[in-house]
Amino acid sequence: MTGVLHHPGYADEKLQRVEQLIPCRELQAGMLVSLMGQPQHYSYPSIFIYGHRASGKSHVLHILMKELEVTALVMEKAELLRDADANLLPALLRLQELVDDNITVILLSEIVWEKFRPNTGCFEPLLLHFPDYSKGELQQILSTDSHPSYSAELYSSYINILLGVFYSVCRDLRELRHLAALNFNKFCEPLTEGKVKETETHKLWRNIEPHLKKAMQTVYIREVSSLQWEQMQQTEDEGGALRGLSAHTHVELPYYSKFLLIAAYLASYNPARTDKRFFVKHHGKIRKTNFLKKNEKTSNHLLGPKPFALDRLLAIFYSVVDSRVAPTASIFSQISSLVTLQLLTQISHTDQLDAPKYKCSISLDFISAVSRTVNFDIVKYLYDFL
Amino acid sequence: MTCVHSFFQGCFVFKPSSKKRKTRSLGETCVNPKSKNITWIYVLLEVLQEELNKKILDSLLDFAKKCSTTRQHCDWASKMRANEIPTAALVLGVNVPDHDMTFQSLFDLLKHSVTPHVVSVQAKECGVLKHLLKRVLEGLMDVAVDDDDEEEMEQNPRSVHCSLSTLSDWYTAKTKKSSSATPGKKRNVQDEDEHHHHHQTPPVVIIFKDLEGFNPRVLQDFISICSRYIDRLPLMFIFGIATSPSTVQHMLPHSVSSLLCIELFQSLSCTQHLATVIDKLILTAQFPFKLNGKVMQVLISIFLYHDFSVRNFIKGLQLALLEHFHSQPLSILCCKKKEALLNVTLLSGRDLETVRQLPSFIRFVEKQEAGEQVKLMTDDDHLKEACQKLIKDLRKYHKSYYPVLRCLHTLTSLLPRYPLGKQIRELHLICLEKNVWENEDYQSAMKLLKMLAKDELITSLRKCSEILSSAKSKKMKKAFTELDELLAKFKHLDVQEEPESVTSPIRNLQQQKKTDLFQLQKTLLEMNESRRSKKKSPFELLRNEVVEFIDGLVTCHLPPPESQTLYEVCYYSSSATVRRHLNATPRTSIQTALSSPCFYLQNESLKNEDGTVSNSAPDICIAYKLHLECGRLINLYDWLEAYATVVSAAEGQDPDCDTFGKVDDVKHARFIRSVSELEFLGFIKSTRQKTDHVARLTWGGC
Repeated sequence: MTGVLHHPGYADEKLQRVEQLIPCRELQAGMLVSLMGQPQHYSYPSIFIYGHRASGKSHVLHILMKELEVTALVMEKAELLRDADANLLPALLRLQELVDDNITVILLSEIVWEKFRPNTGCFEPLLLHFPDYSKGELQQILSTDSHPSYSAELYSSYINILLGVFYSVCRDLRELRHLAALNFNKFCEPLTEGKVKETETHKLWRNIEPHLKKAMQTVYIREVSSLQWEQMQQTEDEGGALRGLSAHTHVELPYYSKFLLIAAYLASYNPARTDKRFFVKHHGKIRKTNFLKKNEKTSNHLLGPKPFALDRLLAIFYSVVDSRVAPTASIFSQISSLVTLQLLTQISHTDQLDAPKYKCSISLDFISAVSRTVNFDIVKYLYDFL
Repeated sequence: MTCVHSFFQGCFVFKPSSKKRKTRSLGETCVNPKSKNITWIYVLLEVLQEELNKKILDSLLDFAKKCSTTRQHCDWASKMRANEIPTAALVLGVNVPDHDMTFQSLFDLLKHSVTPHVVSVQAKECGVLKHLLKRVLEGLMDVAVDDDDEEEMEQNPRSVHCSLSTLSDWYTAKTKKSSSATPGKKRNVQDEDEHHHHHQTPPVVIIFKDLEGFNPRVLQDFISICSRYIDRLPLMFIFGIATSPSTVQHMLPHSVSSLLCIELFQSLSCTQHLATVIDKLILTAQFPFKLNGKVMQVLISIFLYHDFSVRNFIKGLQLALLEHFHSQPLSILCCKKKEALLNVTLLSGRDLETVRQLPSFIRFVEKQEAGEQVKLMTDDDHLKEACQKLIKDLRKYHKSYYPVLRCLHTLTSLLPRYPLGKQIRELHLICLEKNVWENEDYQSAMKLLKMLAKDELITSLRKCSEILSSAKSKKMKKAFTELDELLAKFKHLDVQEEPESVTSPIRNLQQQKKTDLFQLQKTLLEMNESRRSKKKSPFELLRNEVVEFIDGLVTCHLPPPESQTLYEVCYYSSSATVRRHLNATPRTSIQTALSSPCFYLQNESLKNEDGTVSNSAPDICIAYKLHLECGRLINLYDWLEAYATVVSAAEGQDPDCDTFGKVDDVKHARFIRSVSELEFLGFIKSTRQKTDHVARLTWGGC
């Protein structure tokens, strides 16, 4: 079999070995090899390679450098260079010129070159794109991981089923490999129990398909960790549905902290002018239409939280809390603990002791849940819901 | 354990003062019972802390051990997913200061039994990635790490470069060295095997104490860098989470969270925590020091309303303890039985006089016969004997109070809508307040108990009998046998219960061939009648008997402590002191200081009969007083004039003199200083609305 890779500078069997190690990336590797030339050749100063996550960029370079002893300076996650000093990227791009030696800089990124180009202009690197693996390619690559105690065909058919479920949502090779490893035991269960033979793929498919669908909703989005997923498979109680991470949103707070949070939410989402309407007993008849300003026609909830000063927060707090509360030190320290818990955000600088400003950084769902526990009807106090 | 340490120091601070008082009263020479009490509570607290966290710490340790062993397995599945970093998400509740202790013990435990490589970092030290890396490296490798690339040349030659590859090289060198050295050299022989196993590649544990505080970007970068080294460096993370586990998902995008294998560990909620503390420290006769209802109420409401901090609750308890021993001379009797009885004999004449003046003792004397009254009030030896007896009685009261309280709680916590509270502390508070059996809720609870189903009743009675069986006093033993007899009767009931063939009216109805409306009505009426006057079934009778029995126990053993003679010895009752110390009110203190300076300065000349500020008060007080009389906006010049007048009067100038009330440079400067002090305290602020005016702030005078 003759491979795709051909180069006068390297022995054919070496190239063939490389080819086996980088399935489905022969074309790109060939391009790279020809760009680099033979060891004594001067090569192009900089090459920019982009392609999605897990499209084999690092892997190909790693293999080339190891097997063919190509030398190059490889920068992974090159997008981080943009945050570095402004002259770093241009300098790297023409490093060959600067150090006066045969050195190639290869930048790897998931972002296209257009997003890198500095305003001041720079040396243009050669661009090389690593396209996503196609379904067939994925199938081919994943099948190489076959389990030692089962036949390669079985594993290949397992991968086929897996891709059937996951290909529409995930093309990330690493994720797919991970999922394949997690669910293979379940797939083999009927085989080890002796119920099904290896050839009865349809029965195996029927067994594993609902299971994979469940995995898509839990372990794939990391609701459940892979360790827990494996434990779930072992116990396999129908009732024992494991609660994912996002199911735990409840936060226990001290009584006054809850009211402080409610006050903060009201202060963030109600315009300050409307406070009188909500918190003064005889506010007269102020209808919503009367004090609608032009820009307030849009919902405050769509605009996001607005900053408010400490005294406004306290004024609202004292009017919503149902009992007389002494303004003790612990009330104030609760505000700062709400900030450490990231439920409030301090806008002003922490050095500013006078009139600090805050924003409330929690969702309506969260605050509704909190106000329900203290029997406070928050919707009645929100300007948006008048 | 910081609180314990600081408490211990407090104990030393306290000692000299009691020594000083030694000269005053003979009875107080005995420092021992106090310090004994203090060391006793100190030991107990330590044990308690360990117990509280034991469960969660144990499971975390298991997790760590499991992670390090699965990594060493070489089967297909674990090889396939070895690139995930095992992570424990530890949810500890919103009270962040309490976490320190938990993390410290976790740190120690991990170091002791899993791996020598543990480091814990907190957000405020790690604003940028470099600092985080530096912290981690320094914590693990115990060397200086230089984070400044520029000055690399001048750096200490021993310092290392700040990157994970340094750490990974260090780790490789370290593990190679330790596996070539004789294993288990420093460790116990019995643990050797287990340790040897971990010894090969002990995990590197990084504890993030406050995950919420970290900059998400820093965390993401750190995690993705770490995941590149996972094949060489067996890392493991522990995230300390204060709010909810979903924070992890808010902070980390899928591309990063997919690098982690997160397992959730949820600690006890703080209210459960509190319940344990109360159970172990308060609801026990073991410990002679007690809190009265109001102090308890203060401590509990600080917990529930303000901070959810068990540590603060314990601190409050410690404060009350110190205050009690400090302020109550008779607290020397607040100790173990033997010592208390001994201390009674050592009471001085002055102490005995204090005893005679105790309200509870006066009530006690009034109930005695005339001769006895005189004897108690005059004969010191007789009083000592009486005190010994009373102390014994108080102890007996406590010995039966707590078991009965628990029994009552066991029964009432079953009832719908918890008439006497869901938690035992609520019931305890009711009982401390007044006679619980006079409470309306108690009576309705008893009525509900008389309707309880058999199964529920019997299971809870069994629990009661367990509680009573563990109590040691004679009275409780007696109550235990009585309850057991009642339980036996229930059992007996089961055996002999037979379907009684009561001829029901319905059956009569069925026997009649024809049913007309009149007949039906008549039968229904009859049924109603019979139901009303129905003879109670044996079970119902027995149930009533049991409820009466419980009611009897309650009335006999649960009167409030105030009804007991000499209760002042053990009960600390100054709730105001505790509140003042624990729930500081800075604004009120400032206002008190400004409006009545004599309160803090204790200078008699500042006192005015009508409560106004005297002219000779400090400048800021005068300025404050004058500003209270102004509206929202204050004209600075008018204010200055008024101030000059008041100060002139204070200086004793003749009101008719020309210079009276004139502003000179010194007065002007003094005025400006007080105004800026008021501004600093937040009573006024400058305004641009009107020239030469300042604005009073909302939270100012009123």
